[in-house]
Amino acid sequence: MAVAHGAAHEEHKLGFIQRYVFSQDHKIIGIQYMMTSLFMAAVGGVLAMLIRMELGWPGARWGLARLLFPGGFTPDGVLKPDFYLAVVTMHGSIMIFFVLTTALSGGFGNFLIPLTIGARDMAFPFINMLSYWLYPPAIVVLLASFFVAGGAPNAGWTAYPPLSALRNAAPGSGLGQTLWLVSLAILIVSFLFGSLNYITTVLQLRTRGMSMGRMPLVTWAQFTTAILMLLAFPVLFAAVVMLLFDRHLGTSFFVPSGLVVGGQLVTHQGGNPLLWQHLFWFLGHPEVYVLILPPMGIVSEILAVHGRKPIFGYKAMVASICAIAFLSFLVWGHHMFTSGMNPLVGTAFMVTTLAIAIPSAVKTFNWVATLWRARIHFTPAMLFAIGFVSLFVTGGLTGIFLGSPAVDVYFQDTFFVVAHFHFVMASAALFGLFGGLYHWFPKMFGRMMNERLGKLHFWLTFVGIYATFFPMHFLGMAGEPRRYYSPQMYDFLRGLAGLNMFVSLAAFGLGLAQLIFAYNFVSSLFRGPKAERNPWHANTLEWQTESPPPHGNWGATLPTVHRWPYDYSVPGAQDDFIPQTVPAAAVPVAGGALDDAIQGPAGDEPPAGSERT
Amino acid sequence: MPAPTRTLERPPGVQEPGGPATGGQGPRGSGGGEEAASPATTPARIAVWLLVGAITALFAAFTSTYLVRRGETDWQVGPLPPVLWLTTALILASSIALQQARRHGRRGEMVGLHTWLVVTTLLGLAFLAGQLLAWRQLATTGIYLATNPHSSFFYLLTGAHGLHLTGGIGALLYAVRRAPAAETASAALDVTDPVATYWHFLTGLWIYLFVILFAL
Repeated sequence: MAVAHGAAHEEHKLGFIQRYVFSQDHKIIGIQYMMTSLFMAAVGGVLAMLIRMELGWPGARWGLARLLFPGGFTPDGVLKPDFYLAVVTMHGSIMIFFVLTTALSGGFGNFLIPLTIGARDMAFPFINMLSYWLYPPAIVVLLASFFVAGGAPNAGWTAYPPLSALRNAAPGSGLGQTLWLVSLAILIVSFLFGSLNYITTVLQLRTRGMSMGRMPLVTWAQFTTAILMLLAFPVLFAAVVMLLFDRHLGTSFFVPSGLVVGGQLVTHQGGNPLLWQHLFWFLGHPEVYVLILPPMGIVSEILAVHGRKPIFGYKAMVASICAIAFLSFLVWGHHMFTSGMNPLVGTAFMVTTLAIAIPSAVKTFNWVATLWRARIHFTPAMLFAIGFVSLFVTGGLTGIFLGSPAVDVYFQDTFFVVAHFHFVMASAALFGLFGGLYHWFPKMFGRMMNERLGKLHFWLTFVGIYATFFPMHFLGMAGEPRRYYSPQMYDFLRGLAGLNMFVSLAAFGLGLAQLIFAYNFVSSLFRGPKAERNPWHANTLEWQTESPPPHGNWGATLPTVHRWPYDYSVPGAQDDFIPQTVPAAAVPVAGGALDDAIQGPAGDEPPAGSERT
Repeated sequence: MPAPTRTLERPPGVQEPGGPATGGQGPRGSGGGEEAASPATTPARIAVWLLVGAITALFAAFTSTYLVRRGETDWQVGPLPPVLWLTTALILASSIALQQARRHGRRGEMVGLHTWLVVTTLLGLAFLAGQLLAWRQLATTGIYLATNPHSSFFYLLTGAHGLHLTGGIGALLYAVRRAPAAETASAALDVTDPVATYWHFLTGLWIYLFVILFAL
C-alpha cells in the first residue's frame, strides 16, 4: 500500500514542468523521445525530397523550394552542388542517428522496458531524464550547421577524412562539420545514459516470476540493442574526438602527408584516413543492428498478438538476436572492401558477413512459421509487421551480393548499395516503427488510432517504398554512383533519366502518404476513441494495466508473472489469450515450443542463474 | 557527477519507496542487509561495470589507433616526463588506500572508512596535479600536442584518462559524504563499492596507457 500512496502522492506533488517536461517517468521520456524523433523524421523526409528533386531533374529551377532554403539555391532556383551534398549528408545523419536510433531505442525502449518486465520505472530515472535532455541540444547543434558560413557538412553521414578533417576541403567542411561532430558527441553521451539504464533495469528490476526466459522478444531486442550501443558508440566517440583534434588542434591522426587543397600544401602529416574508416565502421555496422533489432522485437510481438498464435521458436529467436548482436562486431570491414584491403582480410570479413545471414534467416523462418495458419487480424500494426518481413527479405538478399568482395568492388558506392540499405535497414526499421506505433499507441496515449487511415497509410507506403527503392537496384547495376550532384554529367548514365524521374515521383508519393499518418496520429491523440486496457487481447504485462498506465505503472502491487508471453490460442482455454499474470493453476501453461529449459519451472520465482544473457 | 540511484539513498530497511520498483531479484535482497559478507547486486554495482565496459571500448578505440600508427616508419617515442613515475606511484597508492577504506567499511568502522576515502581522494588529486605537471614539463621542452604523432597521442590519452579520473574524484567526494553516514556496513559498501570499481579500473587503465605509451 505504501507504494500506491507514494506514487499517488508524487503525482500530485509534481507540477506540469516536472511531469511533462523534465519528467523522470520512463513513459513520458519515451513519448518525448518518440515525438522529437517524429519531428526529426519530417526534417529528414523533406531533405530526401530535395535529393530526389535534384536527381530526377538535375539542374531544374525550383522557385518555391528556394523560398524554403534561400541559401541552398541559386537566385534563379537551381539547387547548388554543395547544398546537395549537405542535404545528402544531413538526410543520412538525421535519419540514422536522430530518427531511427532515437525513436526505436529511446522511444520504444523507454516506454516498453519497465512496462514489459513489471517494473515501476527505470533503475536510474534521473539519468534517464538527462539522456532525453541531451537529445534536443544535439539536434539544435546539428541543425545550426545549416545556418553557419559554408553550410551543413558535405562529407556524408560517414564523414570520411580528409574531406571532413580539413576546414577548407569543401564549403561544408568548415564550422558545419565541427557542429556535426559536436552534435554527435552529445548524442553519444545521451545514448550511453540510455543504454546503461536499459541494461541495468532489465537485469535488476524484473518483477516476481519474470525470468529472462519469460521476457517478451521486444524486451530481449531492446536489451541486446542497449549492449550493442554501450560498446559500439564509444568507439565513434573516440573517432569524433580525434577528428576534432585534427580539425582544430593541428594533430594528424587521420590526415595524410602531402595533401594539396586549394593549391596549398596541407601542413598535417603522417595520419591515416583509413583509421577513421575502421573506427567509424566498427560503430557503423553494429549501428545498423541497433536500428534493426528493436523492429525485429516489435515485429515478433505484433505477429504473435495479431496472429493469435504463439511466436514460433522463442528460444531460437532469443539466440538469433544474441548471435546477430555478437556477429555485428565482426563485420565492419565489408564496408571497406575497396579501400585497398588485403584480399585475405576481405575474405574473412565476407565469411563473418555471410554468417549473419544464418540467424537472420532463422528469424525470418520463424516469423513466416508464426504466420502459417495463424488467425491473422489485418490491423495496421499487423500489415506493417508483415511488410517489415518482406522488406527485410528483399534487402537481406541484396546484402548477400554486397557481402562478397568480388561483387562489391563493382557495386561499391552505386545506387545498388543505396537500394540495399534503404530496404534492409531504413525502410524495414521504419516499418517496425510504424507497426510499433499502431500497436502501442493505445497504451501510450489511451486512445485508438483510425484503422482505415492506417491501412491506407500502409498500402501507399508499402507500394511507395518498393516503387522508390527497387528501381535503384537497376540504377546501381547500370553504374550510377551515389552522392553525385548530377548523374546526367556522364554519357553512359543519360539513359537512366527516365528511371530517375520515376524514382523521384514515387518518392514524392511516398512522402505525401506520410501526411496521412501525421493526420491520423495527431487527430487520434485528441479525438480517437478511448482505448481499453487490452484492446488487442495481448498477454504481455503492459496490457494488464490501465491505458495509459498511471505513474508507477501498477497501482498498489507489482504484477506476478506465471508464464511466458505467448500463450495464444491454447487448446482448451476459454479465451484465445492468457496474460502472463494468470497463474498456471488457473489455466495450464501451454506445452510445445514453450515448455523448455529457458522458460524454467512454472513456479513464481525466477530460476537460479537466470540472469545469463 | 551522475546522480545516484534512488535505491542507494533509501535508508536500509525501507523496502517500498515511490521511486523505481525492484523486482524479484532486486536490491531488496540486501535492503535490510545487516551483514556485509556477500554484497548484493545493486543497480549501481551493475551500472558501474557497464560504464567500465563503455570506457574500455573508448580506450580500445584510442589505443588501437595508436598501435596502428606506431607501426609506421616515421614513428618516434618522445621523452618520458620523470614525474610520471611519481604519479604512477600515487595512483597505485590511491587504490591501496581505497581498499583500506573498504576494509574498514566492511567492519562497520565508519571513522576509518571516512579517513581512508579522504586519503584516496587526496592521492587522486595529487595524481591529477602530477599529470598536469608532466604536461608542463613536456611543453617547456617544446613538445606540444601537434609536435609529432607520439605527442598527439600522449596528450590525448592522458587528457582523456584525466577527465575520467576527475569524474572519479567527484564520485569519491560523494562517497566521502555518503558512505560513512550510512546506517549499516552493507549500506556503506553499497555506496563505496561502485566507486571503488570505477577507481580501480582507472588505476589499471593508467598502467595500461603508461606501458603502451612508453614501454612498447
